[in-house]
Amino acid sequence: MTDKTAGGDVRLSGISKHYGTFTAVHPLDLTIPQGSFFALLGASGCGKTTTLRMIAGLEEPSTGTVHLGDREVTDLPPYKRPVNTVFQSYALFPHLSIFENIAFGLRRRGIKSVKKQVDDMLDLVQLGQFAQRKPHQLSGGQQQRVAVARALINHPQVLLLDEPLGALDLKLRRQMQLELKRIQTEVGITFVHVTHDQEEAMTMADTVAVMNGGRVEQLGAPAELYENPRTTFVANFLGTSNLIEASVESAGPDVVVSASGTTLRLPAARCSTTPRTGGKLLVGVRPEKVSLVPAAEENAIATGRNKITGRIAASSFIGVSTQFVIDSPVCPELEVYVQNIERDGRLVPGAEVVLHWNPEHTFGLDADQDIDAGIETVEESA
Amino acid sequence: MRTPLTWLRRNLVVIAGLTTLAYMILPNVVVTVFSFNNPSGRFNYAWQEFSLDAWKDPCGVADMCGSLGLSLQIALWSTLAATALGTAIAFALVRYRFRARGAVNSLIFLPMAMPEIVMAASLLALFLNMGIQLGFWTILIAHIMFCLSFVVAAVKARVLSMDPRLEEAARDLYAGPVQTFLRVTLPIAAPGIAAGALLSFALSFDDFIITNFNSGNTVTFPMFVWGSAQRGTPVQINVIGTAMFVIAVLVVLAGQTVGNRRKKAQPK
Amino acid sequence: MTATAAPPQAPAPTEPPVHKPSVRKRLVPYWLLLPGILWLLVFFVLPMVYQASTSVQTGSLEEGFEVTWHFQTYWDAFTEYLPQFLRSLLYAGTATALCLLLGYPLAYLIAFKAGRWRNLLLVLVIAPFFTSFLIRTLAWKTILADGGPVVAGLNAIGFLDVTSWLGMTEGDRVLATPLAVVCGLTYNFLPFMILPLYSSLERIDTRLHEAAGDLYARPATVFRKVTFPLSMPGVVSGTLLTFIPASGDYVNAELLGSTDTRMIGNVIQSQYLRILDYPTAAALSFILMAIVLIMVTIYIRRAGTEDLV
Repeated sequence: MTDKTAGGDVRLSGISKHYGTFTAVHPLDLTIPQGSFFALLGASGCGKTTTLRMIAGLEEPSTGTVHLGDREVTDLPPYKRPVNTVFQSYALFPHLSIFENIAFGLRRRGIKSVKKQVDDMLDLVQLGQFAQRKPHQLSGGQQQRVAVARALINHPQVLLLDEPLGALDLKLRRQMQLELKRIQTEVGITFVHVTHDQEEAMTMADTVAVMNGGRVEQLGAPAELYENPRTTFVANFLGTSNLIEASVESAGPDVVVSASGTTLRLPAARCSTTPRTGGKLLVGVRPEKVSLVPAAEENAIATGRNKITGRIAASSFIGVSTQFVIDSPVCPELEVYVQNIERDGRLVPGAEVVLHWNPEHTFGLDADQDIDAGIETVEESA
Repeated sequence: MRTPLTWLRRNLVVIAGLTTLAYMILPNVVVTVFSFNNPSGRFNYAWQEFSLDAWKDPCGVADMCGSLGLSLQIALWSTLAATALGTAIAFALVRYRFRARGAVNSLIFLPMAMPEIVMAASLLALFLNMGIQLGFWTILIAHIMFCLSFVVAAVKARVLSMDPRLEEAARDLYAGPVQTFLRVTLPIAAPGIAAGALLSFALSFDDFIITNFNSGNTVTFPMFVWGSAQRGTPVQINVIGTAMFVIAVLVVLAGQTVGNRRKKAQPK
Repeated sequence: MTATAAPPQAPAPTEPPVHKPSVRKRLVPYWLLLPGILWLLVFFVLPMVYQASTSVQTGSLEEGFEVTWHFQTYWDAFTEYLPQFLRSLLYAGTATALCLLLGYPLAYLIAFKAGRWRNLLLVLVIAPFFTSFLIRTLAWKTILADGGPVVAGLNAIGFLDVTSWLGMTEGDRVLATPLAVVCGLTYNFLPFMILPLYSSLERIDTRLHEAAGDLYARPATVFRKVTFPLSMPGVVSGTLLTFIPASGDYVNAELLGSTDTRMIGNVIQSQYLRILDYPTAAALSFILMAIVLIMVTIYIRRAGTEDLV
């Protein structure tokens, strides 16, 4: 569908946005490769939508430049940029039919024979029989597809999606995530997707940029971000992390730390900061990497694994897994997710247990940050 | 148990409401009935006998239809002008941040918060002091002035409820500023603008107090009715009043029927 | 992965350009405002200035008027026409109260109980607007005619005895009495009360009624504690839209009243248009404006609603 071989990457250089004394986006350099599915992830107010709007031309950057390929578009108004947006809550024109909504961009560019293209586009989003309806007569999911069709029909170099699935219910959202991913693969256009939903970002995007307080905290492939978070914000915002404050006993290729008398190990390669003997380190592990056994079976645990003892404070049955909250002197609330393969009847609240995991699955973070960063904000914007 | 008393208590609101409605409609009924009267004297206040004379010759009274035409003309022009000026102000107030917003808001609000006679008298003071000849133009100036605020209020309410993202979407879809305004902003604001225009027309057409002060020897339809209340009320006044009422009700009902049909034709 | 995020403190190779909104863009709102605001300044504010200057002039029509800063006119006009001022406020206040009393049930009926009749009822409320109000006011002359069925009916149920005792009617006449004027004022401004009431009632979620009922409120309590407070914006703008024009009205007093029911509007009108005593007329309308503005301000402060436009 795309015939733009000379499209090129989206390049933001030193771009920032101030509103009076408030800085929505700090100076930011970002290159979004052509044809990729790129997600800007963060809680509300982190600057992700502002960044998107500066690419669209709806917001003038206070400093910096925007390039599409070799062309600078910083001073181009939105109607002169080869970029289209799928707006939050869709912004479909209420006074126009679905057909005319989709034809809007073509007509503005002076294209006379729009019928064929619009019909094809309606077929692509499976809304052929709704062409003459008005937007308010469609369901949320249908409106969402019209919004995508209305933008895609213009063959933009970049498609910007501003929380496009935010208004849909969970089931429909999952369905549309796959649908959007399919469309992106089919048309090969660069998609830049803004969302506060970490699962959505990881499901759909090739590359995710996690934003916080007007800055990009970390950027990378979803698995890379999840396995190797470099800040507590990323560790907590993407999924859940158990973060333990520890002091470094010995630094080397294998770092040995201790927390409240418990000794833990982790590879130096997985530390985002260089550990120094006698210094502090935040040690992290994901809840699903941890195994749980009753205290009586401690001896059966293979040597070389990290071990923590504690007591089950609470458990909740989720279906595929059971989630435990463990009270331990090392850390007051450790989370553990256990797959429901064979459920152990002894793992009930109050039971003494041992947690153990492969030291390779442990990551280390700089201790000079807020250990709870990224936790509250997730709930707020959910 | 359904005693008459409980029935009365349950339907108290309905009874009271319909009584008020009757009170509001009664004069129109009287106007209609007396348009078929053949009064004995100069005044059409007491029933004499049934007659179709006035309906057969609605313009049979000297100067009445002329004044009606003048009123329509003034209402039309003042509606056009007030709607254009008021819509511009409403857009500026809703869509832009600027100094003196508060002052502008007060200036818009004041004409609505002032007894009409105060504005009427002060306009007359202006015209007298400046030696301006009272007539068609002074009436038009006055009508545009007091209609303006009502248009601003109506349009502002509509534009406020409009999603600014719609205009962004238009700009994003290759519509320049002019195209965006014509294709998106204006159609969506249209109901508010229409409401403001309709209100302007009704206010201007029916205005008496301000017109009475600033018309000189020019006679609009309300001025004609006022004069005839002193000299003698021709039955034709009732004919015009009845016709206006019937036309208004029919237009509104027809509009609603069309709207309902359209809704039914496109089921969800 | 070619994507990179540079830390913010990394120096940009060249100083990034700083963008500022263009002057032309910032002037747009002023251009939009200019014609309308100019119109209001010249034909609303400037006339007030002229009227202010007129009110402190002395002289006569033959010799011409001159500004002599004669503030005495205000005091003289106020004391001379105090009865008319008081009467205006009394009539307008009574009419406003009656409008609220009569209008509320109808607005409530249309908002909550009308069902498919809602649109028809709304049309019937608005439609009288389209017949000239002077014609409709004259119809009251017929309705309230001496010895007519309405007056006879009111007499029969003893209503006129009550109003006579209140000083609002005399004998078995209604026309040319205060009652007729108040009745006309009420009639004329009822739609201005009903429409704002309706629009604020209509916005109330009916589930609130159910919730209040669920929480042990009897229907009367539901109204007192939930419905009425929520309709306050409508009550405030309705009463203002009724009281303000009613206080300056002279049409009803002229057509339905007598010389004993003259309101301040009648005085201003005749001073300006018949007696041609411009300073007194100007002073009177300023006093009226001041009274109304002060009352309205106090009222709005009390009622706590400011978004009336």
